Amino acid sequence: MKLAMNANARLTPLDRPNSYVGRTLSRVGARRAVAGRGTYTDDMSLPRMLHAAFLRSPHAHARIARIETSAAERAPGVVKVMSGAEVAKMCTGPWVGTLTCFPGMKSAPQYPMAVDRACWQGEPVIMIIAQTRALAEDAAELIEIAWEPLPAVTQKETALDRTTPVLHSVLGNNLAFRKVIDTGGVDTALENSDVVVEGTFDFGRHTAVSLEPRAILADYDKYTQRLTLYTSSQVPHMIQTVFARTLGVPEHNVRVVAPDVGGSFGLKIHTFGDEIAATAAAIALGRPVKFIADRLESFVSDIHARENRISARMGVSKAGEIQALEIDVLSGAGAYSQFPRTSVFEANLILNITGGPYKHKYYRAKASVVYLNKVPTSQYRAVGHPIGNSVGEALVDWAAQATGLDPIEFRRRNVMPDDSYPRTTAAGIKVADMSHQRCIDVLVERMGYMALRKEQAELRAKGIHHGIGIAAFIKGTAPGPRGYYGAGGAPIASQDACTIKLEPGGGVICAVGVTEQGQGVDTVMGQIAASILGVPMEQVRVISGDTDATPYGGGTYASRATAIGGEAVFQAAHELRSEILSLAGTLLQAAPSTLDLLDGQVVDAGSGRQRISLAEIGRIGHFQVGELPNSVQPVLSVTRRYRLLEDLYIFTNGIHGAYVEVDPDTGFIRLLKHWVVEDCGRIINPQLADEQVRGGCVQGLGGALYEHSIYDEAGQLVNGTMADYLTPMAGEMPDIEVAHVQTPTSVSELGAKGVGESGTGAAPAVVMNAVNDALRPFGARVTTQPMTPEVLLKALGKV
Amino acid sequence: MSLEEELAVIMTVNGERVARSIPVRQHLVDFLRTELGLTGSHIGCEHGMCGACSVRVDGAVVRGCLMLAVQADGCDVLTIEGLTESEEVADLQAKFVERNALQCGYCTPGMLITAAELLKQGKPVSRDGIRAFLSGNYCRCTGYHAIIDAVEETLKARTG
Repeated sequence: MKLAMNANARLTPLDRPNSYVGRTLSRVGARRAVAGRGTYTDDMSLPRMLHAAFLRSPHAHARIARIETSAAERAPGVVKVMSGAEVAKMCTGPWVGTLTCFPGMKSAPQYPMAVDRACWQGEPVIMIIAQTRALAEDAAELIEIAWEPLPAVTQKETALDRTTPVLHSVLGNNLAFRKVIDTGGVDTALENSDVVVEGTFDFGRHTAVSLEPRAILADYDKYTQRLTLYTSSQVPHMIQTVFARTLGVPEHNVRVVAPDVGGSFGLKIHTFGDEIAATAAAIALGRPVKFIADRLESFVSDIHARENRISARMGVSKAGEIQALEIDVLSGAGAYSQFPRTSVFEANLILNITGGPYKHKYYRAKASVVYLNKVPTSQYRAVGHPIGNSVGEALVDWAAQATGLDPIEFRRRNVMPDDSYPRTTAAGIKVADMSHQRCIDVLVERMGYMALRKEQAELRAKGIHHGIGIAAFIKGTAPGPRGYYGAGGAPIASQDACTIKLEPGGGVICAVGVTEQGQGVDTVMGQIAASILGVPMEQVRVISGDTDATPYGGGTYASRATAIGGEAVFQAAHELRSEILSLAGTLLQAAPSTLDLLDGQVVDAGSGRQRISLAEIGRIGHFQVGELPNSVQPVLSVTRRYRLLEDLYIFTNGIHGAYVEVDPDTGFIRLLKHWVVEDCGRIINPQLADEQVRGGCVQGLGGALYEHSIYDEAGQLVNGTMADYLTPMAGEMPDIEVAHVQTPTSVSELGAKGVGESGTGAAPAVVMNAVNDALRPFGARVTTQPMTPEVLLKALGKV
Repeated sequence: MSLEEELAVIMTVNGERVARSIPVRQHLVDFLRTELGLTGSHIGCEHGMCGACSVRVDGAVVRGCLMLAVQADGCDVLTIEGLTESEEVADLQAKFVERNALQCGYCTPGMLITAAELLKQGKPVSRDGIRAFLSGNYCRCTGYHAIIDAVEETLKARTG
C-alpha cells in the first residue's frame, strides 16, 4: 500500500532506496534466544543471594487476629520472616492508587502487604527470606495465622447496594469512580430512530499469563546506599521512581535493569507489593533477595483485567445510518485501585472508544467502577478496547441486520470518511490520519468476502454452520501528556528520549528510554538511527532497559515505543547527523550542505564520492581535537525528547475479519481464518509489525474464547492453574493474514503510530460477530465472553 | 525420607558426565538451572502445562518440571544448550530467526526441543498436524502462526 506523504514531513534519509526503514530485518536478540542464551531475571544469581516466598491470604476478606512465626523463624535456612506491618514500617507511607485526572476517584491507602486485614485471596501476608526458595516455602507452612473471616464483596452488580458491606469504610461505599460522557440529544435521536438495537454484554476477568512470571532481584549496597533492581519490567524508570519514593531511597541511588523480559503485555508496567517487600528485605538484610512469582501465585497476584458488564443500545435510520449510541458500563475492580496507574483506565477507555469508527453525533456513556474482594485490576494489552469494540461492533452488526444491509455495506455508510480528518468523535476524542474506507476495501479483497458468503450459504444448506465476522476499530496508541498518568500525578513519563553518540571507532550508541520485551524495539530503533546516520545496522548498538545507561523515559506500553521512542531516535539522529556533517565540513573545508552520509562514510552529496569515514570523524572528534579550530568543540552526543503536544493519543484504525465454524450440538467454535487490515502509519519493519498484530490477535482470541479467572461467591479463585485456566494453544488458533494501510501520523516526522495492540483490541469483537453470524439461523445471540461451549449452548437454549 | 534428603546421582547432560548429590524433591529443570547453570530451559508453570521446561531425556521429550532430578539417574539429558551445540536443529533455529517465530524467547527452547522431535520423524506433516504436535507448548507472544511457518518450512526443506 502506498505511503501517503506527510504534509509537514521533510524529505529524509528514511525515504532513500537503501534506507533500513520499511525493510524486514531479523531481530538482534533472536539468535541468542533460539540458542537458549537469553538472560531473564531468574537466570541471574548474585553472591550472598537469598530467596523470598510469600504466605498469601487464603481468604477473600479477613482480619488478621494473630500471627505466629516463631517455628518458621527457626526453620532450616530461614534468615528472616517479615509481616506486613514490619514491611510497612520500612515504607515512607501507604500509597493510594488514584490520579487527579480522574475527578472524584477514590481508593484506600495500601501497603505492600496486608497489615491488619487481607482484602483478596492471594494478598501477600508474610514474607519468608531463606537460603533457597524451597526452604522459604517449607517455613511458610509452619506459620500460623488466626484469621477472622469478613464478608466478601464479590458481585459488581450488587456492590453499590445498601445491604452490601463496604470494603473500605474510609471510602463510605464501594464506588471507585464514575464518569459520564454526554453529547446531549441522545434521547431524541433514539426516539427518532427507525430501529433501536440493544443488548447486555458480560466480559469475564482474565489475566496476562506472561510465560515468564513477575521477577525481581534486589541488591542493596549499604556502604554506598545504592539499590540495584534487576526486574522483568517494561518501565524501568517508573520502577526506579516508585521504589525510591516508597522505600525512601534517593531516586538517583536506584538503578533498575530490565534484562530479557519473558513477556509483559501490560502486566509488567505495574508495581506489586510483593516485589517492593522483597526489595525492603534486601535493604534490611544488606543481601541480594530474589523473588520469582510461581504460576499459582501469579494467578492470584498479577493484575486482572476486563471484568465488565455493559448495557448498550444503538439507534439507526431505515437508510442504515447510526443516529445515536448509549452505553452503561459497570466495571469490577479489585480490592484496591492499582498503584500508580489505577484500576479505572479500562472503563475510561471503553467510554472513549466505543463506536469510535463511526460518524454519529449523539453519544451517552456512563461508567461505574466498583471495588470487590478480588485481585486488583489494571492495564492489560489493549486496555478497554476488546470490550468497547465487542459492544460497538455487535450493535453495528445487529443494526445492519435490522436494516437489511450487509455488515460491510453498513460499515461503509457509517465510518468516518478518509478525507474527513482531523475531526472529533462523538466521545469528544480528536482523531486524525485515519483510513477506515481504505481498510474496508483491502479487507473485502483479502477475505474474498463475496466468495466466503457464497460458501457459507452452501454449507448452511448442508447443516454446517460457518460464520463471518467483521469488526472495525480505533485504537488509542502512544498517549500524550494531557489527561494521562503524569498529568494525574503519577511518576510516569509520557515523553520519551534518545541519547545517540558517535564513538571513537565510528560506531553509534543509541540509548533509548523505551524498552524491549521481544517485540523488536531495539531493532526498530536501530533501523531508524542507522537510516538517518547512513551507517550499516551492524555499526549501531541500541541500549535499553537500564536506568543508569539510558535517558529517562516512559518505557514500552500502550503501543508507544515506535511512535514516541522512535520519533525521539529520529530527532536525535538528525541532530547528530548535522553535527557530523558540520565537523566534516570543517575538516574538509566544504559546506555541510554539500556533504551526505552513506554506508559509514561522509560523501559528496551529488556524486557520492567518499570524502572521510565516520571512524575518522570519531577519531578526530575524540582524540585529535587539536586539529580543529578553537571555536569548534565536538560533542558527538545528542539527547532529544519527544512528546505529543495537544493530542490525547495517536489513534490508529483498522478492521478485522473472521471465519469460524460453530457446532450447534456441542457449542464448540472452530476458528478457520482471521484477517487484519490496520493502519499504523509508517512501518519501520514489516515483519515485526505483522507479528505484533498476529500475537495480539491470539491474545484477544484467548480472552474471547477461553480465558476466565473464575471466582466463587466467597471470592475464591477456582481455576488458578494452567490446567484450569485455558490459554490459546497452537492447535486451536487460526492462521492470521495481516495487511496494512499506511497513513503517517501528522504529529511526528517519522509518521509511525502504534501497532502492538491492534490485534488484541478487535479480535474478540470480530470472533463474537462471526459466532453470532453462524448462530443467526437459530435466532440465537451470544453476548458473553469468554464464549465457552456452555455459553453457546445456553444461547441456543440447549442447556 | 525427609525433604532434605539427597541421593547420589550420575547422569549425562549435553554429553558431559555429571555426578551430584541431589535433594530428592528437586525437579529436573531446577537442577539443570541452579546446579548446572543451564538456564536455557525455562520455568513457566511447574505443573506440566506450558512446556517451557521441555528437555530431552533418553531421546524423548519430557517436562523438566514433572520429573525429579534423581529420576534422571543414569539417563542421557539434552537441553537447548546441548541441542544447539550439536547443530541438530541449526536449520530450524535459523528459520525461527528469519521468520521471527519468537518474540520474548521464553518458550522458544521448549518449543524447539518439541519441534525437534517432529523433525526427527523425517516425514511431511500438515500445518494442522504441526499445530497439534506443538499444542503442549504455550507461547503468549507470537500467536503461533510464525512458529508453524518456521517448522513447516524446515520440514519441507528436510523432506524435500
